[in-house]
Amino acid sequence: MPEKIYMLPNPPTPNKGMKFNPEICTGCNACVEVCPDDVMMPNPEKKKPPIVLYPEECWFCGGCIEECPRPGAISMMHPASQNISVNWLRKKTGEYFRLNQKNPPAPNLRPPSG
Amino acid sequence: MTTWHDYIQSGKPVPEWPYPVNYDKENEIECDVLIIGGGVAGCHAAISAARYGARVVVADRGNAKRSGAGGAGVDHWHGAVTNPCSRVTPLDYTLACYKSMRGFTSGIARYIICKERWDTLLEMEEMGVQIRDIHDEFKGAPFRDDRTKLMFAYDYVNRHVIRVWGYNMKPALYAEMKKLGIGIFNRIMITSLLTEGGKQGAKVVGATGLNTRTGEFYIFKSKATIISTGGIGRLGSFAPELTATGSMSDLNNAGNGHAIAWRAGAELVLMEQSGPARLSGFGYAPYSMGNAHNTYHGVSIVDTEGKEVPWVDAFDHPIKTIEERFSVAPGQPFQLGAGIGIGHYLPEYRSPELIHDLPERIRKGEFKLPLYADLTRLPEYERRCIWGMMVGNEGKTRIPIYDRFSKAGFDPDQDLLQAPVMSPENYYHPNFWGGPMMTHLRSLGGGGMLVDWDLRTSLEGLYAAGGSPLFGSGCHGESHTTGRYAGRQAAIYARTVSDPSVSRKQVEAEKARVYAPVRNPVDGIGWKELNYAIAKVMQDYCGRYKNEMTLNLGLRLLRELRDNEAASAYAANPHELGRMLECYALLDVGELVLHASLARKASNSILDFHRLDFPTMDPPEWEKLLPIRLEDDKVKVRELPLDFHLKPPFKADYEENYREHCRLTK
Repeated sequence: MPEKIYMLPNPPTPNKGMKFNPEICTGCNACVEVCPDDVMMPNPEKKKPPIVLYPEECWFCGGCIEECPRPGAISMMHPASQNISVNWLRKKTGEYFRLNQKNPPAPNLRPPSG
Repeated sequence: MTTWHDYIQSGKPVPEWPYPVNYDKENEIECDVLIIGGGVAGCHAAISAARYGARVVVADRGNAKRSGAGGAGVDHWHGAVTNPCSRVTPLDYTLACYKSMRGFTSGIARYIICKERWDTLLEMEEMGVQIRDIHDEFKGAPFRDDRTKLMFAYDYVNRHVIRVWGYNMKPALYAEMKKLGIGIFNRIMITSLLTEGGKQGAKVVGATGLNTRTGEFYIFKSKATIISTGGIGRLGSFAPELTATGSMSDLNNAGNGHAIAWRAGAELVLMEQSGPARLSGFGYAPYSMGNAHNTYHGVSIVDTEGKEVPWVDAFDHPIKTIEERFSVAPGQPFQLGAGIGIGHYLPEYRSPELIHDLPERIRKGEFKLPLYADLTRLPEYERRCIWGMMVGNEGKTRIPIYDRFSKAGFDPDQDLLQAPVMSPENYYHPNFWGGPMMTHLRSLGGGGMLVDWDLRTSLEGLYAAGGSPLFGSGCHGESHTTGRYAGRQAAIYARTVSDPSVSRKQVEAEKARVYAPVRNPVDGIGWKELNYAIAKVMQDYCGRYKNEMTLNLGLRLLRELRDNEAASAYAANPHELGRMLECYALLDVGELVLHASLARKASNSILDFHRLDFPTMDPPEWEKLLPIRLEDDKVKVRELPLDFHLKPPFKADYEENYREHCRLTK
């Protein structure tokens, strides 16, 4: 909990668009530079992750992640309404899975073609 | 800590704007060819013009390395009819589109595209985009030509749609532009065209722009100018909080290129054409749900009990095998494939689809929801090609879909991907991820700037390229191709032109217009509220059904918005100012669409255009184009035959016109 309780506008929707891992991100702002919609702004503190200012303008192209020199620094945060919509059924076991579920199945490690 | 809210709650003060702001400060740039919009069309135009010796400048609203509808990649390249495996000719393909649209598409754009789309793809290969199965991953697959290693989509017999590994199209174009020394001006929103003497309808001599980070003003002086901007999605379907900004276009798609051309006096056609819109992304990220369309063409769809939904061929006859989903029906010449910017296909050019009475059969209980895409029923090469090759390279699928789904454990070898659960009527079309039909929303399509065989607009010095601003163009590969062609034309034209001189009066008037929202009192409404209001007018007064009264009321309300809410609207920083100016562009385009709709006093089935006061469908005397423009700020409409491109001053033959105008030096 923050030390003070602030007067703030409601959180935007979607809340984030993307999330930064401060352990990996070096604040190089390569993502800020390339974003077609200027969703992120450089952090006033140097070497800190950018600030997502306009998440509702993100069109989820993934360009920020492709541009990032440090894999894992940025994760895409689709809105919960979209995560809850993507469901799949494992044919053999009959198990249901969805994006962002609490105990996800093992990742599929096969890279894309090419 | 990621968002602004997080930052504030860590006890830090509200951060100041991170870029130095200098409203009014002027920057002047001179060039031979100015490209407005650095999407795939604009970047390819720039490269082409530079290769023809022009000094080229690209102004892009975002960052040309990733921006535009094609900025996030592409998985198949349509209509490469001159590739060595194709069995379709440029004329056959052009006529298939032209006849399917009953003449309401551009024969010029179609033919040029057919002649040069394969060569354009070869250029992308030279720039580092993989267009062949060089690693032999799909050796022996029926869609692969083992000699050229090209891979085809949809119609495996006629082989003109090429599957490509195009996730890096934009970075490849960007690197080439850098190599050629092209001046790239990112974060520049072009706000107006400059014309000789500042006169509407006169020769275009440049453009003005705004840097949406610094607020600085740009004056571009150019001998030739190309508009290659994006679509107009925000005009009617605006709901960024809900949609994650739509499917195949981002918020920058505000019809800005159409608006500046319209205000400068250029002629546009078919702006009255629209189609049914879905609020794509309303809960479903593009390509994220089970479906059987486009990238997913040919995938087996099963119901909750594993019962497979049958397919039919182009003539609605049942087909049994998976192979037939990718083949031609008996008597069918060839298929065009989906997503080429035409809204209507004659049966002989259609691709196989799921049965068309699926909604009815769901209602009767024959198929039980939910439905699933069952990739496991496809042969391994087809499954891997759809999930892994196409999903992974198509726009917004590498990171948002392939990478994210794989990390979450989705495995196409053993999992069924659920389709959206919707009311039965929404399963009429196999592109399920588009979500339910929103009957109050329309999406514009097919209209744009009227051009000649040089892709020159009605204004001297102004050219058009790309899927949206150019009348009758469409998809990703087409945008590259018209860009490449227009770039060549503009560069050659620029050699004949003396240095441009701009009207200071025109610049001053534009500066006053551009900076008004940052000078207004802070209590004016913001850009989003204005955008919602404009969209509401278009939804209510220019829907699928309209009459003289509703269209005139729509015009009145847009004028009201312009004089009142928009005139006093407020922008707090250069970013908001950019979005606000886009809303002003939407007001222009909204008026253009309403005027174009008023001019067509007849209903038209191809244009999905329904005049309640002229209900007779397709009267023959209205089978014509109605070019529309501003002259002294008054709307002027004239008539043009659908086949104007084969009438004087042009030749009566496609190939003859192309040869006379293409200006290929090779």
